[in-house]
Amino acid sequence: MLALFFILVFPGFIFLSLLGLAGQFVDRKIYARLQNRMGPPWYQPFADFIKLLGKEDIVPAEANPRMFKLMPLFSLTAVVTAFLYIPLWDIKSLLSFNGDVIVVLYLLTIPTITFFIGGWYSTSLYARLGSVRALTQLCAYEIPLFIGILSSALLANTWSLSEIALFYNSHPWYWTFNFIGFGVSLIALLGKLEKVPFDTPEAETEIVAGSFTEYSGRLFAFFRLTMDIEMIVGASLITAVFLPFGLTLHPYISLVLFLVKIFGVIALISLARSLFARLRIDQMMRFCLKYVTPIALVQLLINIFLKGFLYR
Amino acid sequence: MAEEKDFKIPIGPQHPALKEPEGFSVALKGEKILGVEIRLGYNHRGIEKACEDRTYIQDLYLIERVCGICSHSHSTCFVQAVEEIAKLEVSKRAQYIRTIIAELERIHSHFLWLGVAGHEIGFDTLLMYTWRDREIVMDLLAKLTGNRVNYSINTIGGVRRDITDSQKKEILEAVDKLEERTKYYIEIATQEVSIIKRLKGVGVLSKDDALRLGAVGPTARASGISRDTRKDDPYAAYSEVSFNVATDTNCDVFGRTVVRLKELMEAYKIIRQLVGIVPAGAIVIRAPRKIPVGEAISRYEAPRGEDVHYVKANGTEKPERVKIRAPTLANIQAVKRMLEDRFLADMPIVIAAIDPCFSCTDRAILLEEKNSSKKNIMTWQSLRSYSIDWYRKRGIDFSKLSEKIKG
Repeated sequence: MLALFFILVFPGFIFLSLLGLAGQFVDRKIYARLQNRMGPPWYQPFADFIKLLGKEDIVPAEANPRMFKLMPLFSLTAVVTAFLYIPLWDIKSLLSFNGDVIVVLYLLTIPTITFFIGGWYSTSLYARLGSVRALTQLCAYEIPLFIGILSSALLANTWSLSEIALFYNSHPWYWTFNFIGFGVSLIALLGKLEKVPFDTPEAETEIVAGSFTEYSGRLFAFFRLTMDIEMIVGASLITAVFLPFGLTLHPYISLVLFLVKIFGVIALISLARSLFARLRIDQMMRFCLKYVTPIALVQLLINIFLKGFLYR
Repeated sequence: MAEEKDFKIPIGPQHPALKEPEGFSVALKGEKILGVEIRLGYNHRGIEKACEDRTYIQDLYLIERVCGICSHSHSTCFVQAVEEIAKLEVSKRAQYIRTIIAELERIHSHFLWLGVAGHEIGFDTLLMYTWRDREIVMDLLAKLTGNRVNYSINTIGGVRRDITDSQKKEILEAVDKLEERTKYYIEIATQEVSIIKRLKGVGVLSKDDALRLGAVGPTARASGISRDTRKDDPYAAYSEVSFNVATDTNCDVFGRTVVRLKELMEAYKIIRQLVGIVPAGAIVIRAPRKIPVGEAISRYEAPRGEDVHYVKANGTEKPERVKIRAPTLANIQAVKRMLEDRFLADMPIVIAAIDPCFSCTDRAILLEEKNSSKKNIMTWQSLRSYSIDWYRKRGIDFSKLSEKIKG
């Protein structure tokens, strides 16, 4: 019974949805203020979500209805599950085993795959182009993201997120070694969340809404919610791995600290969104594989040497 | 292979990248563009024909609405042609005021373009910033003419509103502010890496191609052609100010951006000179209601390029024929060349780079059925009766309405 409460209410689905919508508000507000606009009121993401829920679901006649309807739920489930493995304001996450960092990374890949499948099965030309772009982009940012996060795990000598948190809390200031990895993962997260400068899969002025072109109503609302939750999960993963300080404090203080950290990461995402133009897909691939991946490898190399030095 | 060839993606007539309806059918292989088909004709409004049914003064207001952005360009171009036929000597003061408004319009148009270009490459911050600064010049135009968009300052034989000394001061203040902002945008556009990556080498139009395809305005000037009606065939007060024709040899979208930004700086220079030396005099002279028989062609450098109007007068108060050649029509041919071997992602910015104004350029098109050689050309009378029938079938009868108006 308690497990069900954990999964469904706190810190599971409902809490995460609210946090996701709040994250969307923070992102939109900062983005707007940086552009010299007013930005939405705090309840705007909630209003958008509720309104979308009330709209008609339209399934294109040519689309495969089962796949089309299943994909939003699939992606939502994947991101919510990923959240359960991440230590948030406590050293222990809700569920934990050795190797869960890999599981979280894989679970965070599933939304992109569902965007691809959903877009592909909706048979719209724009959606198909967007899907192909999403998958192409996946190959570009996933490699530096994996290297960046695993190099931090390497230093902690464990593949469990809770133990990574434990390691960095028992060795304060060790997390400062991973700054390069933090930057790399942040760039990769921009790609994962399909935000400017890596928003080619849903480039509005080219392919309308990419994979989501044919989605409407409840299904689209769930996809939107997935994106918001993915932003929160991605931000919490980055904070858990790269900014893991302060988890041993009083629970309330570390809860506040956790919120500050994830909204800080979201603020960095909004900043990047307002500073750059959208890159073309070929430029994005080149940038990620030519510059970001080697930099991530540098972090890996540093951590390998550090490990030899620190564990002597 | 056959399937790949069939992968055609429609950009328009309704598409977020386009601000007006226009059909582009793009054949794709992956992200590469194999070919583009352009189709005009979604927004034809029959303005040229409507002009023949109205008096010259009424036409002036109609023609001002050819384009929402370069409204002053079209009305000035038309007025110049009519004045030439009627042999009216417009006062110097009126010419100066027309030129000031024309340059202010150029400023607002180029600011608008910069924002749209930013939006097309996914850089919305630039859009928000430029459109905020554009408000300065929009407000100024509203103060000077009474309207933000369709200024209605022209009239046959002069202008409708004078510029006072306090307004001159306001113009200079606004120009100072705008110049400062423009310098900032020049810095951004020429230094920000992601912008340069998206603009450099995209939509290349060589000098030869630009000449062959008859490109005009900033599109031609960015390909190294020094062609500017303000210099080549000075009208209004342009012969009395000194300015440079902004050109660039990049031949790509980046060059077009640079040319527009340089032109903004030139516009400030022109306005400063003009405001300093506006001569005294009447702003309008009396024009006859009936324009004598004759015809004239008028050229005008609109923000988007050379605008050409042809007016034929038949001695009555209505023109016999009005013909408009908006600058986009001259440039649209070049788009096809620019998009060869480019990526789909470049398409919005390449189309936007000619600063298209589709509704100004739209003409009536003739659709032929694919499998029949029968051409169905309607005369004015048959088209009119067809439209009356079309509405009558749907229960709308205008004959009663016209009786009502008469009665």
